[in-house]
Amino acid sequence: MAKSPRVLPGFEISLGYTLTVLTLLLVLPLVACLFKAATLTPAEFLGAVWTKRAVATYMLSFGASAVAALINVLIGLLLAWVLVRYDFYGRRFLDALIDLPFALPTAVAGLVYSALLVKNGWYGQFLVPLGIQGAYSRLGIVIVLVFVGLPFVVRTVQPVLESLEGEAEEAAAMLGASRWQTMWRVLFPALQPSLMTGFALSFARGLGEYGSVIFISGNMPFKTEIAPFLIVARLEQFAYAEATAIAIVLMGMSLASLALVNWLERRSRRYAS
Amino acid sequence: MSISIRNVSKRFGAFTALNNVSLEVGSGSLLALLGPSGSGKTTLLRIIAGLEQADTGSIHVQDSDVSQLSAREREVGFVFQHYALFKHMSVFENVAFGMRVRHTPNDEVQTRVNELLHLVRLEGLGSRYPSELSGGQRQRVALARALAVKPRLLLLDEPFGALDAKVRQELRTWLRRLHEEMHVTTVFVTHDQEEAFEVADQVVVMRQGNIEQAGSPQDVFDHPATPFVMDFLGHVNVFHGRLEAGQMHLGGIAVEYPEYQQTESRDATAYVRPHEVELHRSPQGDTSLSVRVVHVNPAGPVIRVRLLSAAGAALNVDLSPGQYGELKVRPGEDLYATPKRVRVFLPDDYSI
Repeated sequence: MAKSPRVLPGFEISLGYTLTVLTLLLVLPLVACLFKAATLTPAEFLGAVWTKRAVATYMLSFGASAVAALINVLIGLLLAWVLVRYDFYGRRFLDALIDLPFALPTAVAGLVYSALLVKNGWYGQFLVPLGIQGAYSRLGIVIVLVFVGLPFVVRTVQPVLESLEGEAEEAAAMLGASRWQTMWRVLFPALQPSLMTGFALSFARGLGEYGSVIFISGNMPFKTEIAPFLIVARLEQFAYAEATAIAIVLMGMSLASLALVNWLERRSRRYAS
Repeated sequence: MSISIRNVSKRFGAFTALNNVSLEVGSGSLLALLGPSGSGKTTLLRIIAGLEQADTGSIHVQDSDVSQLSAREREVGFVFQHYALFKHMSVFENVAFGMRVRHTPNDEVQTRVNELLHLVRLEGLGSRYPSELSGGQRQRVALARALAVKPRLLLLDEPFGALDAKVRQELRTWLRRLHEEMHVTTVFVTHDQEEAFEVADQVVVMRQGNIEQAGSPQDVFDHPATPFVMDFLGHVNVFHGRLEAGQMHLGGIAVEYPEYQQTESRDATAYVRPHEVELHRSPQGDTSLSVRVVHVNPAGPVIRVRLLSAAGAALNVDLSPGQYGELKVRPGEDLYATPKRVRVFLPDDYSI
C-alpha cells in the first residue's frame, strides 16, 4: 500500500512520544489502581464504596465543588470584566494576584481561612454571633474551594473577553438595545462557552482538593468529610484495596461529570463551527 | 430625513480629528465621505451615529438637535466595516435583533425579517450562522439588520473595504439600487474615490479634519477646488513651473493662466490629468512638449503610456483604443505632448 506523504513530518515519532508520556503518567497509574481494587470480590468492593459514610462523602465532594464552581463563575466573570474593561492604577498587580491560589500550598489557605473564620478570628467575630459557622463546617469547605478554583474562571474568561470586539456592543446599541439587553443578549452568550470551561476546571479542581479542606472542615463523618479524606482514612487503616476502590468510584464520577460539562460546552459553541 | 452638521470639532488628545466641520446632507441623498485615513471621515460618521460625542458643535436631524441623544435613541442604522454580526445568533436572529429588543410581536418579526432577507437576496439562509457565510453575504446581513428597525438614517463605515474586488463591485451597484428603492438618507465613508464617484450623488472630500470640497461627483471631478482634491482623485501629472503675467511656464511650453496678472514671477504647480493630454508626431505650435516613450501598457479599456520629457519629468498619458490605433506608439519613440487642460494652483494654497 502506497503511503501518502504528510505535510508535517514526524507524525509517527510525535504520536509515539505522546502516547508514551500519557501511558507513563496517566494510564499505568490508573491500571495499577484497578489491579489493586480487583483483589476485592464484587461484594467487598460494593461494601467499601457504597457505605452510608462513603456516599455522604461523595455527595459533599460533588455538592461543595459544584457550589464553589458556580460562585467562582460569578466572581470570576466580574473580576475578568474589571481587569479587561477598565484601566486603573494597580491593575497589573491585581492581575498577577489572581494566580496566587495556583502557587500557594493549599494547606496554608486552609489554615488561614480557619483562623479567620473561628469565633475569635477576624471574620468569625462578626459571623459566628450571626449563626454563620465558617470554620469546621460545609460552608468552610465551599469557601476554600472558591479560593483554590478562582483563577481558573478568570483565566479562561479573560482572553475571550479581550478578544470580543467592541463593535458588537456598538452594533447592539445602534439597534436600540439597552446596556442590560446588550449584556444578556450579546455579551453573555459570547462568553458562555468560556464560562462553562471555567466552571468545569474549577469544579474538577474542587473534587481533587485535599490540603485546604482537611484543615477547615474538621472531617466529621457524615457532616464535613470529603471523599479524598475517606481514602486517606482507609489508607491509614492499611485497607489499601478499599482505598483504591473509593478512588476508582470518585474518578469515574469525575470523568462522567467532566464529560457532561464538555459536551454542554461543545453544544453552546456549535455556532462557531 | 436631512442631516445638518454644525461646527463640529473633535480632538483625541493632541490629535484634531475634526476641525469645525459643517455640512448639510439633503433628505434622501446618498452621500460619500471621501478621504485618506486620518482625515476624520469615520469620526464624523460616528458622531452622527452617536457613537462618539463631539467636543463642540451639534448634529441636527430634520431640524431637531440630536446631539444629546445616545446612540440607541437616534434611530440610526449603522453598518460596520467588519460587519460586527452577532456570531452566536443565526442570520435570522441577527436581522431580528433590533425588533427583539423592542419586544415586537413574533409574527411581525417573522414577516419583516423574511421581507429583508428577500431584499438582500439571502432567502433560505436564515438559519445559517455568520461563520458559514461569505464576506459579501455577511455584509448584506449587516445591512438587513440595520434596515430592520426602519432607521431614519443609514450610515455605513467603509462598508465594502474588507471585500474582494468583484464582490465590492457587485455590492456597490446593489447599494445604489437599494437606495433608489428605499430613499433613506444615507452617508457612507470610503477611501476609494472610484467607489465614492460610482455610488454617491454627493461627494465630500475630507483632509486632516476639514472638508476640502463638497459637491456632486461631476462637480468635484471636473472642478477640483484644491490640489489635494485633484491629487486624491488620482492619476494626475504634476508639473512645477513659473507663473508670470498670465502665463504658466512649464519646461519649454507656456499655458494661459489669466487669474494671475502680476509681472512678478513665482513658483506654481500645474496638474494635468492623463486623459487630457494629446500625443502627436509633430510639434503643435508652442504648446507641445518634446517627450520620449518609455513604456506602453495596452491592456484594458485605456492604453497607458509612460513618457519622459527632455527635462527628465515623467508624464503619464491615457489613450483611447482609437487614438492608440492611429498613433501606434512604441517605446523609444520621440513624440510631442500637448496638455489640453491644465489646472494651476499657487503653492501657498497647499503644502504636502
